[in-house]
Amino acid sequence: MVGGGRLGHRTIGCGAVSDALEIEAQVRLGGLDLAVELRVAADETVALLGPNGSGKTTLLRAVAGLQPLDAGSIRLDGVTLDAPATHTLVPAERRPVGVVFQDYLLFPHLSARENVAFGLRARKVGRREAGERADRWLERVGLGTVGALRAGQLSGGQQQRVALARALATEPRLLLLDEPLAALDVGTRAEVRRELRRHLDGHDGPRILVTHDPLDAYALADRVVVLERGNVTHRGTLTEITAHPRSDYVGRLVGTNLLDGVLEGTVLRLSGGGVLVVPNGEAVDGPCLATVAPSAIALHRDAPTGSPRNAWSATVAELDRFGDRVRVRLDGPVPLAAEVTAAAAAELDIRSGDTVWASVKATEVKVYPA
Amino acid sequence: MSSRTTRDRLPLAVMGLAALAVGFFALPLLGLLWRAPWSSAWDVVTDPITRAALWLSISCSLWSTAASVLFGVPLAWVLARVEFPGRGVVRALCTLSMVVPPVVGGVALFAALGRRGLLGQYLDLWFGLRLPFSTAGVVVAQTFVAMPFLVITVEGALRQQDRRLEEAARTLGATSWYAFRRVTLPSIRPALIAGTVLAWARALGEFGATITFAGNFPGRTQTLPLAAYLALETDPDDAIVLSLLLISTSFVVLVGLRDRWLGAAASGTGRSVAER
Repeated sequence: MVGGGRLGHRTIGCGAVSDALEIEAQVRLGGLDLAVELRVAADETVALLGPNGSGKTTLLRAVAGLQPLDAGSIRLDGVTLDAPATHTLVPAERRPVGVVFQDYLLFPHLSARENVAFGLRARKVGRREAGERADRWLERVGLGTVGALRAGQLSGGQQQRVALARALATEPRLLLLDEPLAALDVGTRAEVRRELRRHLDGHDGPRILVTHDPLDAYALADRVVVLERGNVTHRGTLTEITAHPRSDYVGRLVGTNLLDGVLEGTVLRLSGGGVLVVPNGEAVDGPCLATVAPSAIALHRDAPTGSPRNAWSATVAELDRFGDRVRVRLDGPVPLAAEVTAAAAAELDIRSGDTVWASVKATEVKVYPA
Repeated sequence: MSSRTTRDRLPLAVMGLAALAVGFFALPLLGLLWRAPWSSAWDVVTDPITRAALWLSISCSLWSTAASVLFGVPLAWVLARVEFPGRGVVRALCTLSMVVPPVVGGVALFAALGRRGLLGQYLDLWFGLRLPFSTAGVVVAQTFVAMPFLVITVEGALRQQDRRLEEAARTLGATSWYAFRRVTLPSIRPALIAGTVLAWARALGEFGATITFAGNFPGRTQTLPLAAYLALETDPDDAIVLSLLLISTSFVVLVGLRDRWLGAAASGTGRSVAER
C-alpha cells in the first residue's frame, strides 16, 4: 500500500502476538456516551477517526489517565490501569504513556530543552543527565539547535517536534497522539508527517493516533477505527472502510480513495503499478498521496470516448449498497471504490466479477506531497 | 470627513480625562513637596522614633506579605480549582476585609484574638500568647487587610490558566505537587508578583486595623502611617516629612518591582531568555 521505501523498515508482527493494549471503555461525559472496545498490538499504529464530539479525545484521555472510566477496563501489557469494578485506577503520572496533545501544550515558561527534560526531571533524573538526554531527543527530532528557545519562539512544526520529543523522552510503552498535525500548514504538514511516520515506526509499543484527516490516518496508521457518537462504527484499513461505508460521515468525509505514488509532471505513477493523469497543481515532483472521491469515478460498459484522461478497464470485486448509493470496489491497476446511484448500478447491470470501464477526470484527482 | 473628526475627538477627550486623573494623583504629592520643611527634614528622618517606625513598617509589611503568600496562594488555588458548596460565601468572607473599614476589621480582630477574645483567651491561657498591642499583632492586622488583594489577583490568574498544561505535566510523570510547583506557579508568575506587590503596598499603608488592634507604641507597634498621623496632631511639618518618607519608600519599591519583574513578565519571554 504505502510507498515501499517508507514501509521498508517496518516490522510487521506475524499475527498471533497478543494485544499489548486492551481497552473496554465506558464513559459518560456531558452529552457523550462512550462505549468502545479496542485492542492494539505492540507493533501497530491505530488511527481513531471521527467527527467532532465523537469521543476520540475522551477515549485518549481515559487511556492517558486523565479521565476515569465509568465501567470497563484498560490494560497495558496485562497490567490493569483502570477498572472501576475492582477500584483499580493507576494515576496518569504512573502510567507508561506518552501523550502528544492537540496544540502541543508545551510549557510556555520553559525552553525547548527544559520541556523535553520535564518528564525526566519529574521522574527524579538528575538535572545534568536529564538535560543531556533532552538534547539527544531534540537532535533525534531534528531540532539540535533550538534547545534554548521558548515554546513561543518556535514555529508550529518545531513545536510539534518538541512535543513529540517531550512525549518520547520518558520512553513510554504506549504513545498517544491527539491531532498531531492539525495545527500545521500544508507545507510543513507533509514533512512533519513523514518524520512522524519514522518515529511511530521506530516506537516499541502500541500507538494510537486521533485525527479527523483520512490522509493522516492513511499515511501514519496500520489500521483505522472510526468513532461516531461514542461508538465504533468501522474498523479495518482505510481501503476496506472506503469500500463499505456504514454511515454518512464515512461516506462523505472518510470514505475517499487514497492512492500513493510518484509524481512526474502531470503523471502520477502509482506504487501499485497504474498511472493517473493529474492536474498541474501545486504538488511538486516526488512521492505524493492522491485522493479521488468515489462519486467522481464514472463506470461504463464500453471504453469511454471524450474528455476523461483517465480511463481503464477494471474487474468488479464487490458491490455494497449504502442508502440509495452503491459502492463498487474495483480491482485492477488502480484499485478504487466507485460510487454510483442504485439506479445507475441497475441500468449498467454490474455484478461482481464483471469487467467494466472506469474513468475519472484529471481535475478530480487531488494530489498532496507525501 | 465627519467620521474622521469623531475619531480624532474621542481619543482627545479620553486623553484629557486621563491627564486630569494623573493631575489628581500628582497634585497631592506636589503639595507635600511644596509644603515640606526641607531644612528640618533630615532631623526628622534621622530621629530614632522615625527610624524605628520606618523599620517597623518595612519589616512588619514584609512579614505580612510573606504570610499573605503562604496562606493566600493555597486559598486562591482552592477558590479557583475546588468546587464545593458555599464557595461564593467563602470567597466573600475571605475578601470582606477589602471592603469593610479597617477600623471595623481591627475591632473584629480584637473580638477574636484579644485577651478576652473568642480564640485569644485560649492563646493567652495555653501559650501565653497575647497578640493585641504587640508587633506580631501589627503583622496580624496588616495580613488581615492585605491578603485579599493577593488572593483575588492569583485566583483570577488560576481561573484563566489552561488547566491542560497541568494534565500534560501529569502524563509526563509529574505528581500533582510537582506540577503545581513547576507548571502552575510559574505560569501565573506575573499575577503572583502583582498580587504580592499589591498586598505588600496595602500592608505598608495599613492604619486603621493596626491602631485599633495593635495600638500605637513607638518601637513596638507604631508604624510609619501611625507616626505620621500622631505627628499631625503635634507637629504638622513632621507629619509631612513622614508622609514623604512613606511615599518615597512605596514609590521606589513599586517602580523598581514593576520594571524589573512585572514589566519583564508582561512583555513576554525575551528578557528571561536573555537572562539565561
